[in-house]
Amino acid sequence: MAFFKKKTAKDESYYLASQWVLMWRKLQKHKLAQFSLSLLLVLYLGALFADFIAPYGLEEFSSLYKNTAPTKIYWEDENGDFSRPYVYKLKKVNDKKTWSVIITEDTSEKYYIDLFVEGGEYKLLGLIPSNLHLYGLVNEAGEVDRSVRVNIFGADSTGACIFSRILFGARVSLTIPFVSAAISFVLGILLGGISGYFGGMVDNIIQRIIEVLSAIPSIPLWMALSAAIPPGISVSAMYLYITIILSFIGWTGLARVVRGKFIALRKEDFVMAAKLAGVSDFKIIIKHLVPGFLSYLIVNLTLGIPGSILGETSMSYLGLGMKAPATSWGVLLKETEDLVSVAQCPWKMIPLVFVIITVLAYNFLGDGLRDAADPYK
Amino acid sequence: MRNYVLKRILLFIPTLIIISFVIFFIIQLPPGDYVTSYVAAMSAEGEVFTAEDIAHLRAQFGLDDSWVVQYINWIKDIVLHGDFGYSFEYGRDVWSVIMDRLYLTLAVSFIILVFQYAVSLPIGIYCANHQYSAGDYIWSFFGFIGTATPNFLLAIIIMYYIYVKTGNVYLGLFSTEMLQNGMRWEYVPEFLGRCAIPLIVIGTSGTCGIIRTVRAQMLDEQARQYTLTARAKGCSEATITYKYCLRAALNPVVSGMAGSLRTIFSGSTVSAIVMNLAIQGPVLLTALKSQDMYLAGTIVLIQAVLVLVGTLLSDIALAWLDPRIRFSERG
Repeated sequence: MAFFKKKTAKDESYYLASQWVLMWRKLQKHKLAQFSLSLLLVLYLGALFADFIAPYGLEEFSSLYKNTAPTKIYWEDENGDFSRPYVYKLKKVNDKKTWSVIITEDTSEKYYIDLFVEGGEYKLLGLIPSNLHLYGLVNEAGEVDRSVRVNIFGADSTGACIFSRILFGARVSLTIPFVSAAISFVLGILLGGISGYFGGMVDNIIQRIIEVLSAIPSIPLWMALSAAIPPGISVSAMYLYITIILSFIGWTGLARVVRGKFIALRKEDFVMAAKLAGVSDFKIIIKHLVPGFLSYLIVNLTLGIPGSILGETSMSYLGLGMKAPATSWGVLLKETEDLVSVAQCPWKMIPLVFVIITVLAYNFLGDGLRDAADPYK
Repeated sequence: MRNYVLKRILLFIPTLIIISFVIFFIIQLPPGDYVTSYVAAMSAEGEVFTAEDIAHLRAQFGLDDSWVVQYINWIKDIVLHGDFGYSFEYGRDVWSVIMDRLYLTLAVSFIILVFQYAVSLPIGIYCANHQYSAGDYIWSFFGFIGTATPNFLLAIIIMYYIYVKTGNVYLGLFSTEMLQNGMRWEYVPEFLGRCAIPLIVIGTSGTCGIIRTVRAQMLDEQARQYTLTARAKGCSEATITYKYCLRAALNPVVSGMAGSLRTIFSGSTVSAIVMNLAIQGPVLLTALKSQDMYLAGTIVLIQAVLVLVGTLLSDIALAWLDPRIRFSERG
């Protein structure tokens, strides 16, 4: 009897579960998608708390550290015993043979890596003023010395810490695709919906527009549109422009899908019933039709985000997107634009790892969502 | 079938008109015009321009009219005289500037397109037939990495690797000897070798997409009843794969063909700038930056028209491949 009861309770929770709960449960079985989701969460949290995690702010660079390799971190002291991790500071030395200035480690003094070290001022989440950073350097007396730096991913051509710049760049690189995906989402549903729901002349016009927009190769289109951005505008306005450009191109594919779904759904009895009950067309689209395939759209959207991330990178690379001093992953990768810089400073490729990880994570998450949203699997 | 093709070709014309209009609108969107950027560039070098000079230049280039008038004049010349306008930057006809690089651009794009399908179809079929095997995982892994890496960085990585291995940087499609002596048969191997880098760089992003589509479609088709029936009746696996499943699975692949042409054009633009290829991408970038609008407009127009033709051809191929499309159009 107990067995019987238990089974019904379980069944009931299955049958009563909403579509979204079912999707979530299926997604949890998809290990790769789960992993990707956590990875993305970590990345977004990293971007959110960039001020705290990054040891140096965007304005803090030091010409001594220009193009230097990742700071060497020592775990053993002179006797070979385990020690707190420490680094040495850098000094300029004149090479007697070639008469060129080379930069080497000054091993006279150790600087220990410590957690929660005081550094540049910032406002956490834009609200809480603080000057604590996740890690930083203290000298042997335990005092903070800001002239010595630990750049775990090396330094760029201005001598700024690449790790810090990656974190700040993530704020742009991770949110632009997200925001522009959201805009494309709204545009796609609205225009695709209108096209499929009303049909006829409107449908024809919207279809032609979609055909036109999707026939123009995307990079020339980006180039032309971002050439239209007036020069010398503020970073946030630039951000807005790029978001709009990306979403301007992104909505067409979605609109096509939405249209197809609408054509299939608009002849259903429940739409007729809603119409007879006097529901407005707009409300029928938003309340009755869209929820029917929203899960499918979200999958589509997730799979579309990687494209925008790569797009932002290419745009910045061509000098058409964000420009220094603003930071994005594309701006960081612009430093690797020729063979010489890659050959001399291979650590400048580290931002690429973050781009690849993010793009892969979104792809895997999208795949997982697709499987989860499919009721027949 | 004939009616279907005719109908598609007729639909092509209004699309073409809209597309040229949209392109011209976007190209003239940046504030200022060629004279502004020309004057700015020349002033930086110490030239002095009076307001009359500037007005004279503007009138000479016909930049005083509104952009709609400019657009109508541009189209009128294209249709009536086959004249695509005048490139301010190069100081000659747009068409002659484009012809310098058109053949190479088309050849490179076409080779990449063929390469993509030649590589990805067999791999996609293999992955579907050996689902969850080591080979399947390896190819999927490569596929994902290929899609996730920005094109231009892949180019730099490969060029760096080749530089480390051979001590030679392969920039561009032609070596200095080829340019000096013209093309000879003995240069063909080196030319092909030089083609390989852009081929891999520009081709990979699309290739991975096609592999994944083919794999997913083939798996879907193999789960269908008709496959089971064919197998029960004793058809060979080769017949099932190539005659039944593949034909059904090809549908989205064929309809995506124009899309891949579009990604090739986009991909080749950025990669060509990195790899210093003598194709149209870099010309387009400089034309856009200096607001040489007829040149930029014509290049984008040609690319867009090629994509449209590609869509048209793939739609026709689809109708030929899938009788359902033909018949629904007739009824």
